[in-house]
Amino acid sequence: MDEAWTRAKGVFAALAGPPVVWLAVFFLIPLGVIWGYSFGENASLTHIAVNGTFANYAHAIRPLYLGIIVKSLCFAGLTTVLCLLIGFPVAIAITFASQKTKAWLLLLIMLPFWTNLLIRTYALMAVLRTEGYVNQALGFLWNGAGRIAAVFGQSIGTFTPLELLHNNFAVVFGLVYVQLPFMVLPLYAALDRLDRSLLEASLDLGASQLTTFRRVVIPLALPGIISGVLVTLIPSIGAYLTPDLLGGPSSMMIANVIERQFKTANDWPFGAALSFMLMYMTFIAIAVQAVVSRGRQARAT
Amino acid sequence: MTGLAKQRREAPGPLEYLRRWPIRTWLVLVTIFLYAPLITLMAFSFNDSKRNIVWRGFTLKYYVQTFADSDLITAFGNSLTIAVVSTIVSVILGAFTALLLWRFRFPFKPALEGALALPIVVPEICMGVAMLVFFTEIMPWPTDLIWPLNLGAIIISHISFSFSFVAIVIRGRLASFNRELEEAAKDLGAGEWRVFRDILIPHMGPGLLAGALLAFTLSLDDFVITFFTSGPDTSTFPVKVYSMVRFSVTPEVNAASTILIVLTVALTAVALRVSGGQVALAEAEGH
Amino acid sequence: MTTPAKTIIQFENVTKRFGKMIAVDDVRLSINEGEFFALLGPSGCGKTTLLRMLAGFETPSAGRILIDGEDISRIPPNRRPVNMVFQSYAVFPHMTVADNVAYGLTIEKVAAPERARRVEEALALVKLDGLGGRKPDQLSGGQRQRVALARALIKRPRVLLLDEPLSALDAKLREQMRSELAQLQDKVGITFLIVTHDQDEALAMASRCAVMNRGLLQQVATPGDLYEFPNSRFVADFIGSVNMFEGRLLVDEHDRAVIETSELPTKVYLDHGVTGAHASTVWVALRPEKIELHKRGQGTPPPDLEDAPANHNLAAGVIRQITYLGSESVYDVEVTGGRTLRALRSNLTRRDQEDFVCDEPVWLAWHACSPAVLLS
Repeated sequence: MDEAWTRAKGVFAALAGPPVVWLAVFFLIPLGVIWGYSFGENASLTHIAVNGTFANYAHAIRPLYLGIIVKSLCFAGLTTVLCLLIGFPVAIAITFASQKTKAWLLLLIMLPFWTNLLIRTYALMAVLRTEGYVNQALGFLWNGAGRIAAVFGQSIGTFTPLELLHNNFAVVFGLVYVQLPFMVLPLYAALDRLDRSLLEASLDLGASQLTTFRRVVIPLALPGIISGVLVTLIPSIGAYLTPDLLGGPSSMMIANVIERQFKTANDWPFGAALSFMLMYMTFIAIAVQAVVSRGRQARAT
Repeated sequence: MTGLAKQRREAPGPLEYLRRWPIRTWLVLVTIFLYAPLITLMAFSFNDSKRNIVWRGFTLKYYVQTFADSDLITAFGNSLTIAVVSTIVSVILGAFTALLLWRFRFPFKPALEGALALPIVVPEICMGVAMLVFFTEIMPWPTDLIWPLNLGAIIISHISFSFSFVAIVIRGRLASFNRELEEAAKDLGAGEWRVFRDILIPHMGPGLLAGALLAFTLSLDDFVITFFTSGPDTSTFPVKVYSMVRFSVTPEVNAASTILIVLTVALTAVALRVSGGQVALAEAEGH
Repeated sequence: MTTPAKTIIQFENVTKRFGKMIAVDDVRLSINEGEFFALLGPSGCGKTTLLRMLAGFETPSAGRILIDGEDISRIPPNRRPVNMVFQSYAVFPHMTVADNVAYGLTIEKVAAPERARRVEEALALVKLDGLGGRKPDQLSGGQRQRVALARALIKRPRVLLLDEPLSALDAKLREQMRSELAQLQDKVGITFLIVTHDQDEALAMASRCAVMNRGLLQQVATPGDLYEFPNSRFVADFIGSVNMFEGRLLVDEHDRAVIETSELPTKVYLDHGVTGAHASTVWVALRPEKIELHKRGQGTPPPDLEDAPANHNLAAGVIRQITYLGSESVYDVEVTGGRTLRALRSNLTRRDQEDFVCDEPVWLAWHACSPAVLLS
């Protein structure tokens, strides 16, 4: 567990070599190249000159793109909040279920997110489009209401399907749909570690269920809440498929802009700068979490 | 029987939240939210209607069409090949990494741990474009290679993001290793290699299997990174489905999706049975 | 001991440091062939480190360890003629009982037929006949321990090392295993070296004990001598329960000694001299079972002590608490001056426990040979 590497240099080298080389060559170098490109410019059609310019970053914070970045953050934030609100009761239900029920409920939450992301998004398209099942169900209800209204000599007009797809609503809906299990699991893990007698003690001392929740459950589950927020927020900010398939022309997120730079607009330096803006945001989120949890630990001891 | 009936009438205890109706209703609603789209998708793959809106009767013709679609079958074969190769390499690299971090104390260990966490936290799109640039500028992958060598770029990318996950799973398994087992084996005369072969590998077993299943599903699931590294001849199943979905919602896509859903659910069942939930938690931590 | 004992293990000035912490401090110790030797001490006293150095899992920072006169410091654990029963038993979970027991022989490349025979033998020795096909998770804790024992014994080690072997068992089983271990050692004739923090365990099983504290060897003696003739306050206090007083040596002659202490209303009289006393400050250790209780009240004369002068070894007090333990009762008696002494009394008849009551005035008395005098 803590053997000094010098005591078995041969074993150490044999174990360290392959993963370190792989990580360096096939991960760190590619990222490094992108990072380099983010400070370069298109010199010709096929050549990019890395000359240390910040023009790409300046380009990225012009109103058009800054707007998209802000919108990505808003979508991701909204998604995270919705996931937290929807997921917390679910996590509580799982935590306090009997052992056997618990396993089944966990599986229930887990199964969808083992399904291919693309397929899940596609399933939502089928549900949300104008001739989709949601609109059909609404239309059925509307017509029923119309027939009842006709009995009373009233008319409520014909049903116009709601535009549920290709807009911002669909993007957030889709993100929540995709990310919900990622929120539930860390919440459950944190709640499950919680000593039940703490809740019983709170109730025993006269606190109501709500006060117990607010004063005992939430503070103790905070690490789980934070990591749940993180694992929901980070993928949401960089989501590509959901806005691409469910969103409209005005619901582009950063990832879609990046893809466009690399695949159609062919402005790699600008795409690289945007990619690294996304990376920086990710790192900031992780750093904030680290600082918060360290602060909590420091206060706890 | 009477005991059961009596139990039902009992009021829920203060912490039996699952027996309270608001929580129950909420659970049911969330379940509907999560499952209704997938179940309707699967159901309508059997619907005998091109428009895919109203139920017109049971048919398997879209499955027949799917299996007759040679592009789709090729893509599916590519996906499986990529998944198998990347799983094997990821498990080896992941096991090496886990053993390294578990056993040794060495300079720059935190730096290495941080670097290994990168593939897990870096947004998929960033990794996708990095791989795209790498395989066009730095190490151009020849396009005219014979199958399956032409899948090399995709396989390498998949290994790069999978093996950190595998390392986490195996390291978690190693953390539960009782060092006294190792000492007991040595005490009974075993050398380093015998300890590794007789004691450590069997202990790692479930972790290796769980890691393998995780790597396999990660690879099979991936769209974004593959999207940037695949060419016209090296399409994978998700990339192919994506190109179909862009045009319209068709029953063929439903049928193909259903096949993949059934496949992943079956794999998940195996993974959960084998690992006792390890895979699930590791994936939840990472993504 | 009739035959001169042959030394099998020698620790020569062994020291082990972990960073700045000294776990084992200059230990000199010899263990003889055929002994059931116990290393006893509170947790963190260095006894396990000493054992692990013998097994080869730790290397001494200084000093030498000899087995049969040979320095083993450079021999790796897998080549040492000692085997160990681990605290967690460390039974390999993925192997059957038989495979576990056979493991050491497999590595020695012992031929299959002989291996099978010896496994059978070893399993019979620890009373696990017929369980060879089981997996460890189908065994109870006690059975797993027997597997660990058989697995180590089958290698016929020069010394069998046992690291807190009974700590994971429940009380009843622990008692049973104590006598079984002692019988087993008798039967196989192998030297046993056991590490334990449980004094009862050590006293019950061992032929000799070493008491350790903070890395230092405090005393090496038979269980009886440790209890009756401790050489320090630490040993007296660690083994059993004791009433301890600090006092001043008033008289020290070859056949008597008198000690005055401010904690007792009486002087302590001894029927022997105190050897090696450099200073006049000494400590008196008096075991509870060696204190007699006598009624004290109007008209009852103080008990007559034949082996001590008047007003010595006799304290007046009042019973403050009685703890009834079935076979015996513990009496906490507050003596004049405020100090509370503990006395132990067997309940010899069924009415004994009603003999004394709380708040009853009593005399405490003891014989001149009972107190142990400690110099450190």
